[in-house]
Amino acid sequence: MTTMTIAKAINEGLRAALAANPKSLLMGEDIGPLGGVYRVTDGLIGEFGPDRVVDTPLAESGIIGTAIGLALRGYSPVCEIQFDGFVFPGFNQITTQLAKMHARSHGNLTVPVVIRIPYGGGIGSVEHHSESPEALFAHTAGLRIITPSNPHDAYWMIQQAVECQDPVIIFEPKRRYWLKGDVDVQAPGPSEDPFKAHVLREGTDATVVAYGPLVPVALAAANAAAEDGRSVEVIDLRSISPIDFDAVTASVQKTGRLIVAHEAPTFGGIGGEIAARISERAFHSLEAPVMRVGGFHMPYPVAKVEEDYLPDIDRILEALDRALSY
Amino acid sequence: MGTHLPSTEFDGTAVDDQREADAEAVMGEPAAQMVQLLGPDGKLGADPVFSAYADKLTQEDLRGLYADMAAIRRFDVEATALQRQGQLALWVPLTGQEAAQIGSGRASQPQDYIFPTYREHGVALTRNVDLAELLRQFRGVSNGGWNPKDTNFHLYTLVLAAQTLHAVGYAMGIQRDQKLAAATDGAKEQPDAAVIAYFGDGASSEGDVHESMVFASSYKAPVVFFCQNNHWAISVPTNVQTRVPLSNRAKGYGFPGIRVDGNDVIAVHAVTEWALEHARQGNGPVLIEAFTYRVGAHTTADDPTKYRPSTEEDAWRAKDPLARLEKYLRAQDLADDAFFAKVKADGDELAGYVRRTAHDLENPDIRQAFANVYAQAHPLVAEELAWFEEYSAGFAGEEESAGQAAKAGH
Repeated sequence: MTTMTIAKAINEGLRAALAANPKSLLMGEDIGPLGGVYRVTDGLIGEFGPDRVVDTPLAESGIIGTAIGLALRGYSPVCEIQFDGFVFPGFNQITTQLAKMHARSHGNLTVPVVIRIPYGGGIGSVEHHSESPEALFAHTAGLRIITPSNPHDAYWMIQQAVECQDPVIIFEPKRRYWLKGDVDVQAPGPSEDPFKAHVLREGTDATVVAYGPLVPVALAAANAAAEDGRSVEVIDLRSISPIDFDAVTASVQKTGRLIVAHEAPTFGGIGGEIAARISERAFHSLEAPVMRVGGFHMPYPVAKVEEDYLPDIDRILEALDRALSY
Repeated sequence: MGTHLPSTEFDGTAVDDQREADAEAVMGEPAAQMVQLLGPDGKLGADPVFSAYADKLTQEDLRGLYADMAAIRRFDVEATALQRQGQLALWVPLTGQEAAQIGSGRASQPQDYIFPTYREHGVALTRNVDLAELLRQFRGVSNGGWNPKDTNFHLYTLVLAAQTLHAVGYAMGIQRDQKLAAATDGAKEQPDAAVIAYFGDGASSEGDVHESMVFASSYKAPVVFFCQNNHWAISVPTNVQTRVPLSNRAKGYGFPGIRVDGNDVIAVHAVTEWALEHARQGNGPVLIEAFTYRVGAHTTADDPTKYRPSTEEDAWRAKDPLARLEKYLRAQDLADDAFFAKVKADGDELAGYVRRTAHDLENPDIRQAFANVYAQAHPLVAEELAWFEEYSAGFAGEEESAGQAAKAGH
C-alpha cells in the first residue's frame, strides 16, 4: 500500500498505462512540460516523449476528432479536457462520431478513446470551471462514463478505461485531486470491475447513493446520522454509464429508502434516472419516495455563493429526514 | 516546392463567375491559378510540374479513367431513379464531379486511407467498394454498409467536416507506426501511406476543417485535404462560405494549396498523385481545391431551380469531364466507337446489378443494433434486449393464431 493523492494516483495510473501499451498516448492542452494545469500528467513527457504525451493545439474538437482517427489506426488515445465547461466545442465529436462509430460500422471499427474531464465545483473558480455535465453524455448510447472518488479507484480505473474497447469518459472530481488515500499499486491488477458500484458503508434505515466529489460528503452525512441513531448505507456509484442498478436495488430492498446526491442540477440529471428505475424495480420495498439532492436549475453560480449551491451534509440530512418522515 | 505552384490555364476555360472577381478584389491579388492539362476542347496542354505525372498515364489508364467516369455517372442515374421509385430514402447525386472523384481516387495507393463525406461514390468505385453495398445507407438498412478495413475507404460521414479531423488523427497514427517500425527493425522513418480527407466548399466553413488543418500543419501529418468546390452548399453559393479562393487558405496554415480544374481528370490525377507523394515523403499536408460543379441537385430532396439559373448549369455542362476526355481519346486514336459502346454496355450492366441488388438488400433485425452499441458487454443494453425479446415473444402466438384464422377463412 502506498499513500497518495487522487491527482498523483491518476498520474501513476497513466504512467502504468503508457508503459503497458506502446500504442497508448496522451493528448491535451498544456499536458507536456507543464504537466497539465492540475499537474496530473506531471513528468510523463520526460519519460515517454512528445509522440506519446502530445501537447496539442488549443482546440477541443481537434483533440477528440484526431483521437478518433488515431484510434481507427489502432492507437489508444487518452485526451485531457482542461475544464468541464470547455468540453462543449468537442461535444459534437463525442456524441455524433465517437459514440456511434462502433454501431454504424456494424462492429467492424472500435474507437477506444478515453476522455479525462476534471469536473465539479468547490474550488472557488470562475465561470465554466466548475460544471457537472455528466448527464449530457450519459444520455448518449455508445459512451461509458466513470468517476472515481478515491486514489485507489483513480489509479486503477484510468488503466481500465485505457484497456476498454469502448469510448470512456472519466470525470475526475477536481476538488478531490488533493484527497489522500491508500493505493495498492503492487496488486497484479484491479480487483474491481470499473462499472460496478461499491457499498462503502453498511446501513439499514436508508441508502445514500453518491459519486465523485460527493462521496466524502455522503459518508460524513451518514456518520452524522449515526450520531442520531440512524443507520445509513452509502453507495459509491463509480460508474454513471452503465449504472449498477443491481447494487442500488439490493440496498434499497434492505433499507427501504433512497437518496441520490450529485452536484449536477437535479432536473434531468442522473438522480432522476436512478429514482425512476428503482421505483420500477423496488416499488414494494420503498417506504418513501426516492429523494434527490443536487444543484439548482441555474448556471453554475459565482464562486462566492457556490457553497449555497453545492449539496452538503445538511442537505443530505434534510432529505434523509424527509424520507424517514413517511 | 513553395506555396506558389506552377500552373497553366487555357482560353475559354475561365469561370464566368462574379464571385471569383469579388474574391480577387478582396485579396488585392489574382485568385490562385488553376492547374489544367486537358481543356474542354479536348486538347492536352503542358505544365512544368504536373505534365510529368500526366505522362505516366498509359493509354490503358486513360481509357480506364473514362470508363470509371462513365460507370459512376450511369450508377448515379440509376440511384436517382431508384430514389424516385421509392427504393431509396434519399440520393446524393454526383453528376459533374466525376473527374474530381475518379482522378483523385485513382491517384491513391491501396495502403492510403480515404475519409469521404457522403457524395464520394466515384471515389468508392476506385477503392473497389461494392456500389450496391454503398446504397445500404440510402435505403435505410444501415448507417454504414461496407467494412472500411476491406478497402481503406471509410464510412460516409453526414455531420459536415467531422471526418477531416479523423483523417488527420489517422495520418498521425501512420507517422507513429513508421516510428515504431523504425525503432524495432530499423526501417526508414517515413510514412509509407497517406490519407485523403474529402469535403466540400460548404464544409470548409465548419470549424473542424480549420482545426484539422491546424493539427495537420503542426504535426506535418501525411494528409491531403481534397475540397470539391462544387459551388453550392445546398442553396448557398460559395461566396457566402469564403471571400477568397479556398486553395489560398492553405497559405495561412503553412502548406501548399493547389486549385485544379476539377473537370479535368488528367490534371486532378496528376495533382493528387503529386500531393500524396509529398505527404508520403514526410513533407506534411496539401490542400487541393478541385474547381468543379454539381450539375444536379444537392440531394433528391432539393430543387436547384429555386436558387440558381439554368444558364449557370448550361455553362458548366459545356465543361463536361467525360466529353472532354472522349474528345481527347478520339483525337489521339486511343479509343473508337467500339470502346465507347462497350463502356455504355458495361454501365448498363452495372446499373442492372445495382438495381437487382438494391431490391434484395434485406431489412436488418434490430437485434443487430443491440449487438453493436458497445464493443464490450453492457448491462443496460442486455436488459433492454431481454425486455424486447420477451415483448416480441408475446406477439408470436397472436401472429400464429391470426394466420390460422386467415387460413380457416374467418
